[in-house]
Amino acid sequence: MIGGAIAIRQRSIVPGFGLSLGVTLSYLGLIVIIPLCVLLLKTSDAGWAKIWMELSSLRTLAAFRVSFGVAFLAAAFNTVFGCIVAWVLVRYQFFGRRLIDAMIDLPFALPTAVAGISLTQIYAGNGWLGAALATAGIKVAFTPLGILVALAFVGLPFVVRTVQPVLQDFDRETEEAGALLGASRWNILRRVVFPPLVPAVMTGFTLAFARGIGEYGSVIFIAGNMPGYSEIVPLLIVIKLEQFDYAGATVIASLMLVASFILLLAINLLQAWTRRQQGG
Amino acid sequence: MVDHAPSFDASLPQAARRPLPLTESAGARTALITVALGFLLLFLLLPLIVVFAEALRLGLGSYWAAIGEPEALAAIRLTLLTALIVVPLNAIFGIAAAWAITKFQFAGKNLLITLVDLPFSVSPVIGGMVFVLLFGLQGVLGPWLAAHDIHIIFAIPGVIIATLFVTLPFVARELIPLMQKQGTEYEEAALMLGASGWQTLFRVTLPNIRWGLLYGLLLCNGRAIGEFGAVAVVSGHIVGLTTTMPLYIEVLYNDFNFAAAFAVASLLTLMAFATLILRAILEWRAARLLARSRLH
Repeated sequence: MIGGAIAIRQRSIVPGFGLSLGVTLSYLGLIVIIPLCVLLLKTSDAGWAKIWMELSSLRTLAAFRVSFGVAFLAAAFNTVFGCIVAWVLVRYQFFGRRLIDAMIDLPFALPTAVAGISLTQIYAGNGWLGAALATAGIKVAFTPLGILVALAFVGLPFVVRTVQPVLQDFDRETEEAGALLGASRWNILRRVVFPPLVPAVMTGFTLAFARGIGEYGSVIFIAGNMPGYSEIVPLLIVIKLEQFDYAGATVIASLMLVASFILLLAINLLQAWTRRQQGG
Repeated sequence: MVDHAPSFDASLPQAARRPLPLTESAGARTALITVALGFLLLFLLLPLIVVFAEALRLGLGSYWAAIGEPEALAAIRLTLLTALIVVPLNAIFGIAAAWAITKFQFAGKNLLITLVDLPFSVSPVIGGMVFVLLFGLQGVLGPWLAAHDIHIIFAIPGVIIATLFVTLPFVARELIPLMQKQGTEYEEAALMLGASGWQTLFRVTLPNIRWGLLYGLLLCNGRAIGEFGAVAVVSGHIVGLTTTMPLYIEVLYNDFNFAAAFAVASLLTLMAFATLILRAILEWRAARLLARSRLH
């Protein structure tokens, strides 16, 4: 019997397998994997009593509620407007369309601290829009609504950029067929155009949500950071680190890490679904 | 107009005259464009205008003075130094990872791709904190580092390592799909003709992926310069020593020195503009190359 062992890799005439994989694994191991393992190890060091105490504290629970709740709302907000923006950019011709298309990625390119101070300046009680909103009785900065604004900004490109390519490749003939069969425009949109977009929309939503729960730089300026009211989880981690409560910080960070893993898995599955939709 | 009852009889003059509903009515189109533009105006354009307006509120003189402060210059230098170290390292990693992943079939490849993506899904704060746990005074290696008088946390090496973590995926992520699409035929041809592995990499593969590589470098550079959360945890905010530009902005803003904070912020905003413009040029080039290759 030859070749009893399972082949780790298939033979190829291209060289450099050992070198490139070696560099990849060592670098990834040093920068990402070992540090994250240390985080998980430190958490198990803390012991169940400390873990339970940390996770059941009112302040931690409130921070998780704020982070996940507001990130969800911001992702939903961006899903609605992201779909409209993607639709308008793909289907309509108007002045400045190319420029706007290039601008969509600005929240990816603009450092988060810059976004944070700028949004605070706009929505603070004496700010550009904040003053007018204050007379209407709406407070944005230093409330959870301010966090929503910041997360809406950083998550803006996700839905647009996942929906746009699907819409671009969309086969207009199916729409024509619907129209020829007498469907109204609204029915065509609802029954023909929207269903194939669902995986892309959900991918965009999940990406925006995942980004939202971890976001720090743009939020801390506008949030006001009141414990139990407008304090997000990443800030709570930073505060615990500054107080040298490393055990507390690692417990919370590990839970966030688990949440990120689950979301990453969900995103991978959704992306595979999107590709199947596009291919089929 | 009866919308719910489809009429199949195209010979009816009425049905023939009615245009097919292939797009929305003019009113709906205008409304959608207005909503989209209004949303983008409020959420994209206004924050940009505010940055420059606030930066120049006290006049050009104090704008330049704020940027010329020794602390500001130190922050700019540290930020550039960080990008200068981080971008090439992550580029080498990105090329190696993309080569391993796209030129060979091996077990555990999907897991590897997921691990490469991981720093994007983890909160940047956690990206910084893991290095505090490793290298900080109470950290795993802390006592040893202290005994040998090596400073990583609250020093420049910490800033660089934390930035390495958060920007690790950018180049790999651009290159993997691109090289997957290109396959291995060109490399195989070069190797059959007697080129060495390195010659194949430098003369065949890299020229083929140059636009994607450049785009990855651009994104990596933008994030390295603008990173806040990860760096905030490890830097210790020592003004003039370990504050990068985004951290310096935070220090100024918290001191109510708004005009100076926005002056430094305007520099980062200009960098973001440059990134977007270069990106648009690269995409335009890629589209042109694609169009040309389709003609052949």
